[in-house]
Amino acid sequence: MSLVQAEALSKTYDTAGVPVQAVRAVSFTIEPGAFVAFVGPSGSGKTTLLNLIGVLDRPTDGRLSVVDTDVTALGRRESARFRGEHLGFVFQDFNLIPVLTAAENIEYPLLMVQGRPAAERRERVRRLLEAVGIAELAHKRPDQLSGGQKQRVAVARALVTNPKLVLADEPTANLDSATAHHVMELMRSMKDQFGTTFIFSTHDPRVMDVAELTFTLSDGRLAQDSPAASVRHA
Amino acid sequence: MLDIFRIAARNLWRYQRRTLLTTLLISLGILAVLLFVGVAGSFKNLMIGQITDSMLGHLQVHRRGYVASIDNLPLNLNLTPQQAQQVEAALKDIPEVEAWSPRLKLGALFSNFTESTNIRLVGVDPEAEARTVPLLPGRVLEATKQGPLLTPGHILIPELLARGMKINVGDTVVLVATNQDGSVNGQTFVVGGILESATGPGGRDGYLHIADARTLLRMPQANVSEIAVRLRSLGGLRPAYSALSAALGALLDAQGKPVFEVHTWEGLSPFSSLARMIDLMNVFIQVMLIGIVLISIMNVMMMAVFERVREIGTIAAIGTQPVRILGLFVAEGLLLGLLGTAVGTVISLAALWGLNLAKVTFAFGMADKLVLAPTIAAGDVLFIGALAVATAVVASLQPALHASRMDPIQALHHV
Repeated sequence: MSLVQAEALSKTYDTAGVPVQAVRAVSFTIEPGAFVAFVGPSGSGKTTLLNLIGVLDRPTDGRLSVVDTDVTALGRRESARFRGEHLGFVFQDFNLIPVLTAAENIEYPLLMVQGRPAAERRERVRRLLEAVGIAELAHKRPDQLSGGQKQRVAVARALVTNPKLVLADEPTANLDSATAHHVMELMRSMKDQFGTTFIFSTHDPRVMDVAELTFTLSDGRLAQDSPAASVRHA
Repeated sequence: MLDIFRIAARNLWRYQRRTLLTTLLISLGILAVLLFVGVAGSFKNLMIGQITDSMLGHLQVHRRGYVASIDNLPLNLNLTPQQAQQVEAALKDIPEVEAWSPRLKLGALFSNFTESTNIRLVGVDPEAEARTVPLLPGRVLEATKQGPLLTPGHILIPELLARGMKINVGDTVVLVATNQDGSVNGQTFVVGGILESATGPGGRDGYLHIADARTLLRMPQANVSEIAVRLRSLGGLRPAYSALSAALGALLDAQGKPVFEVHTWEGLSPFSSLARMIDLMNVFIQVMLIGIVLISIMNVMMMAVFERVREIGTIAAIGTQPVRILGLFVAEGLLLGLLGTAVGTVISLAALWGLNLAKVTFAFGMADKLVLAPTIAAGDVLFIGALAVATAVVASLQPALHASRMDPIQALHHV
């Protein structure tokens, strides 16, 4: 069973009365355990597509199944619950909560979203801190961390709930080359270690090189894919 | 739940100056309200005490129609001994009642053999009167001797009358009164004491023994004009009034109308309007407190929401339910309210304590050097604190709802 299945997926925004087609009848399939990149220039529809897969937005047309759930019809609360249970997010600007320490940021989804018991939270946070290699920074606040360290915290936060799928929107855009490489390597090793599927959007060639499967978007359409994958153009 | 408060507390700490200013504003509001309630409440209670404990008593029972004609001191509307006994029987069954005093009121011509004037007199049983209006003995400025308030053959005259007619303690005076049948009788009395005037109805009346009053009026039986009642506490006023009204209301005359009328001190003294005004001002200043807390919390929480839009977008995106986001911001408002209330309450109690130490004095009517001892009931402190905290929660609801309804995508891309 595919993890993500999109059929003729479209998204049209109404911008000041003018309809703007961000995604146009896109169809694709992503299997569990994949390490996938959506690439393309600015305005090509990468972020919109990631938002649709991340159940942050609803398609205008077409069908989208994520983790065996038809997410096109989910309401606001159901969407939030679905994201909390099945998905993890890594943002371009890290988006850590400034008043919480690294460990508390990682713990946040377990505490405020899933309501896990304290002992389980502590154990999972400890494991993730070690996995992303920042155990010694557990009690540092975001403003005391470098960009790379912040993104490691963000990756740990995305993984702490054992999601089936992690979505990363331009995860290396604010990092230098060396750090970007380390973060991508980290995500790939996390994929290998936890079996989590990673989907990220990027126009960074360094990231594309790491991806196992790349979808190229242009003007909201899938232009090409590489290497061979179960992709079906609309 | 505790974790929500922990995060809320850290968010407040993030903006220390703003938190401090809002806390101070709420504290000032609490200080203003508690000081006003404490000082105005104590002033009101002191004044009520002066009026009820000097002359009125807490309740009074009359024959129906007496109070409407009280300026004439109508002798034909006195209570008969049987009616007085019925009232006393009813009073014995009311647990809030501490003491009562039957009084016979009359108007008379007062003379010191060289000049004369009119005087209003109250005939009392000295012991019962002292139990019912315990501040009365303290109003005696000069007296022939230490001892009972009054002895037969003596009269207590008001200070202004004594000064005006140059009468001293021990002087002999004449009282001439007209009785119910219209016949006139005169009798000499020795001035047993000079009585300080008090503010309110009856504050400038003279006093004589009730037996002397009956003799002067040639009254064949022990009639009384009114029965003044003292309660164990002012808090028992309503239940005692209801119980007494119910007991006496059942006693009807030949026309089927009630024989008696019962009045609280409020119905007999114009000061009750002032007391009600103080109560109204209490409510008004509490409304102002609500306004202060509402505006300050709403302002600070709206700023907090607008400054943290991307943060709200992040927690919404990772799956935080809208109700939890709402809870986070309401918790911040609640904590601000609690902090401001706690600080304000501590400062207010310290200020009230300081006022008590300073022993501020003031004058009320003829009484001066009354010491203001402001106190505040624990119930009032709790109520005002709860009011401020509840207002803080209500004020944070609108910004919190706004935060909880944000679209995650728009919030994440907010600049």
